[in-house]
Amino acid sequence: MTTPAPAGRFRKRLLRAEPSFRIFSKLWQVSWLYVLLICALAGVGYVALYSAGGGSARPFAGPQAMRFGFGMVTMITLAMLPPRILTKLAIPLYGMSIVLLVAVLRMGHVGKGAERWIMLAGTQVQPSEYAKVALALMLATWFARVPYAKMGNPLRLIVPAILVLIPVGLVLKEPNLGTAVIIGGIGASMFFAAGMRLWQIVLLAVPVPFLLKLAYAHLHDYQKARITTFLHPENDPLGAGYNIIQSKIALGSGGMWGQGYLHGTQGQLNFLPEKQTDFIFTTIAEEWGYAGGVAVIGLLLVLILGGMMMAIRSRNRFGRLLALGISVNFFLYCLVNLSMVMGAIPVGGVPLPLVSYGGSAMLNVMIGFGLLMSVWVHRNSRYGEETDEDA
Amino acid sequence: MMWKPRRKKRDGLRRLLPIREQKDSGRGVFTRRALLIMAVQTAALGELGRRLYDLQINSGDHFAKLADRNRTSTRLLAPPRGLISDRFGTVVAANRTNWRALLLPEETTDVEGTIERFSSFIPLEERDSTRIARELRHKRKFVPVMLREFLSWDEMARIELNSPSLPGVMIDVGTTRSYPLGPLLAHTVGYVGPPNEQDVAKSTLLALPGMRVGRAGIEQSQDQLLRGQAGSVQMEVNSVGRVMSELDRQDGTPGDELALTLDVGLHQAVQNRIGDMAASAVVMDCRNGEVLAMCSTPSFDPSLFDSGVSRAQWAEWTSDQRTPLIDKTVAGVYPPGSTFKPAVALAALKAEVITPTDRFFCPGHYDLGGARFHCWAKHGHGSVDLHLALKYSCDVYFYEVAHRLGMERLADTSHALGLGTKLDIELPHQRAGLIPTPAWRQKHKHHWNGGDTIVSGIGQGFVQVTPLQLATYTSRIATGRAVQPHLVRAVNGEIGAQIDPQHWPEMDLNPHMLKAVREGMYAVVNEQHGTAPKARLNLPGITMAGKTGSAQVRRVSRAMRESGHFNSANLPWEYRPHALFICFAPYDDPRYAVSVVIEHGNAGAEVAAPLARDIMTDTLLRDPVNHKTAPGQTVANAD
Repeated sequence: MTTPAPAGRFRKRLLRAEPSFRIFSKLWQVSWLYVLLICALAGVGYVALYSAGGGSARPFAGPQAMRFGFGMVTMITLAMLPPRILTKLAIPLYGMSIVLLVAVLRMGHVGKGAERWIMLAGTQVQPSEYAKVALALMLATWFARVPYAKMGNPLRLIVPAILVLIPVGLVLKEPNLGTAVIIGGIGASMFFAAGMRLWQIVLLAVPVPFLLKLAYAHLHDYQKARITTFLHPENDPLGAGYNIIQSKIALGSGGMWGQGYLHGTQGQLNFLPEKQTDFIFTTIAEEWGYAGGVAVIGLLLVLILGGMMMAIRSRNRFGRLLALGISVNFFLYCLVNLSMVMGAIPVGGVPLPLVSYGGSAMLNVMIGFGLLMSVWVHRNSRYGEETDEDA
Repeated sequence: MMWKPRRKKRDGLRRLLPIREQKDSGRGVFTRRALLIMAVQTAALGELGRRLYDLQINSGDHFAKLADRNRTSTRLLAPPRGLISDRFGTVVAANRTNWRALLLPEETTDVEGTIERFSSFIPLEERDSTRIARELRHKRKFVPVMLREFLSWDEMARIELNSPSLPGVMIDVGTTRSYPLGPLLAHTVGYVGPPNEQDVAKSTLLALPGMRVGRAGIEQSQDQLLRGQAGSVQMEVNSVGRVMSELDRQDGTPGDELALTLDVGLHQAVQNRIGDMAASAVVMDCRNGEVLAMCSTPSFDPSLFDSGVSRAQWAEWTSDQRTPLIDKTVAGVYPPGSTFKPAVALAALKAEVITPTDRFFCPGHYDLGGARFHCWAKHGHGSVDLHLALKYSCDVYFYEVAHRLGMERLADTSHALGLGTKLDIELPHQRAGLIPTPAWRQKHKHHWNGGDTIVSGIGQGFVQVTPLQLATYTSRIATGRAVQPHLVRAVNGEIGAQIDPQHWPEMDLNPHMLKAVREGMYAVVNEQHGTAPKARLNLPGITMAGKTGSAQVRRVSRAMRESGHFNSANLPWEYRPHALFICFAPYDDPRYAVSVVIEHGNAGAEVAAPLARDIMTDTLLRDPVNHKTAPGQTVANAD
């Protein structure tokens, strides 16, 4: 009953005898349309980074393409793993991400005020990036064992709440407000989708304003500065407000059809800060105009909604929640980054997934897509649903 | 199809959107809530799209303008300063091309090593090295630092030859102001210096590197003309201000070229005559006021001011009793002494207090209210009329005339003649001198004594004039026209109207009065027993009229006078009288006027008169106003 394909007896036997056929059939199950969309987004990134590098594959676009290739392999590999194995990986991965978060607090290097990274196997690693995916996997694993009927019991929610709060607290301590919000958002959406009762949600929502007030009091000065700067960027045009103003100028100068590829004056003349990382979208919108910007946003939306549809389509609770967590993660990445470059929220080091230059973020996103694809490939698996149906 | 789940055809939608499940496994709740999240996601990205529309389309123009302002930088180009030449085109102030070696720090990996290698090819002075080190610390990496300026061809060749071992070193050309004649015209032409903060506040043009402001002489008074209009170059710059490309260039207008009235050759001759005395001499075209030579000695080298004057040099200048930094022709004020007598005579004739034939008796002294005023001739000149009084320079005659005339009328006529008043000459730092009046004396809370009028009658007391005023006054007596001295003859080759004698108004003086005074001045030089026989010209058919003057700088006490052994030549240099002489020639058709003042030269007749004669001789022989090119100079290009 659990094994999915009630095909002919011969084929069944053949598959059991020759595992490589199974791999092929699984590869066939990968949503290649979705992979094509991912490649399209990475292609946008390549084109933008080529421009950010001053019309050259070096130093950004080339290495990024290599990373994407590596990420692609990682993604397809992960897509082959069934839920059974993924759930087994959840606790070690989650534990490792927490250890890394602690380690980075102890001996990490700080870049530009918040981005903390440590050297691991010769590369810079940002543990907070991995914590997001690890958390989504961990929560999905946990909720897979808590059927919807038992979600009403608050005691069942205590452990996952702690699972969320640990990385949020550690990331806040880094301090990286943007990532902490994203991690919190992933947790909240998964709690919501897992079937928290409405009264529980209301109960939790009431103290939020007070918590926010408390949190603001504990913000770092530079974070407060970002908030005030965000509200009044003109007050400090060369200091903290510089990024926002220059970014807005670049966007505005793009107009409808843009200044032309490799001809964006703000980007090419280095007025844009961080144009290859956080502000890559600005470069795109300056050179390709509103048309290009909207096209990128549309592509992102298709990817997000596609991920969400994969979640809905999954026939096991684990898959549904995992896919939702990953999609929400991807969505929050885009939302925070885009809002930031448009000056809608205070600036914080959140890259645009697959487009921005950066290894950790790229690999993290590709791992996320790998997990998502695994959910899709195993969408008809009834993994972990037995208890549900037995109850 | 391999390993494909069985498809239930009847519930396709339920498989796609499993909102309700038979058993409440939470899948329906999940789907509903996931759809809600998707709606939120779509709305959020939609809102971002709308916001992007706002930024890019609605306020796009505004931001596009800001982006343009970001990327372009307009820089002004310093216009070349106008040249100054003399009346025959000899350049007296030019722009010298200045070849400089610059180092662009960002183009070399080893700045210290490059500088060290550079100094092995072209030695750097200690002062240069410290300046370079300071500039390297303060300037940004893409701003070049000047290593050495005024490179010779040889040095440039050495740099070019070794350029492979000198990364980042380049040769650049700028200009500095140069004065080919050095100290010769320093006072008149002046000099330039870097602008200070007040200058920059007045004109942003001066903020440009390489701009200079006139600090003295013609350079200062004609600064606006010489400065020119700035050009501009629009450049595309990046965020740190480095120039990426040039978008537009508009060359500026160079400063106007000035041709002065001076004749450098004559000026040089006058300078040679004076030698190293502390003296000044002015040669004017008395028909139109063109200044042909104005010498103030000693002088200084004006180009030192552009690069900076050393402390030792400055101390030398300021401690010299002969005041090399002061232009004595316009800023040196002296009692005119007897050279003032023609003015007194004209004032008296105009006021009709005397006629030319009125005679006064000179016993050698003049008594007024218990005070005794001496004539320079101890035993007097006997009975003298105006002609003899000027010829002998009789003091007693002019004491009496001044007494009759009164100070106010004397002052009015003196001013009309150009004495004790500022002239229109294009020189800053001009001093007005003074013709004292009782009103002036009262303003300074002093009583005017009758004796003050008496001594004014012989150009002593408070009377003070400049050598240029003396030359102007001589010109006005010679021609009867109120000429004003001027130095600028042509701007960009266009000669002004002032060259025509008719441009200058006739003075309010009867010609017969002028004639009487001129005849007296003729007698001074040419008649027997005149005071300045030494001034007689040794030129056939040309005669000169003049007037001597010896101006005391210290009152001669009665004791000294009565000791009988008094001789001013025995006084220390700084107490000796100034020697003055004014003259014009040719007498019958006046063309040139000359004034000479020799500081502490003792006697006008002995020292100043021969010098004036020599200067006048040089002038007449050169005759610069009647030549198109410099006399005595073969024009190289003439076929």
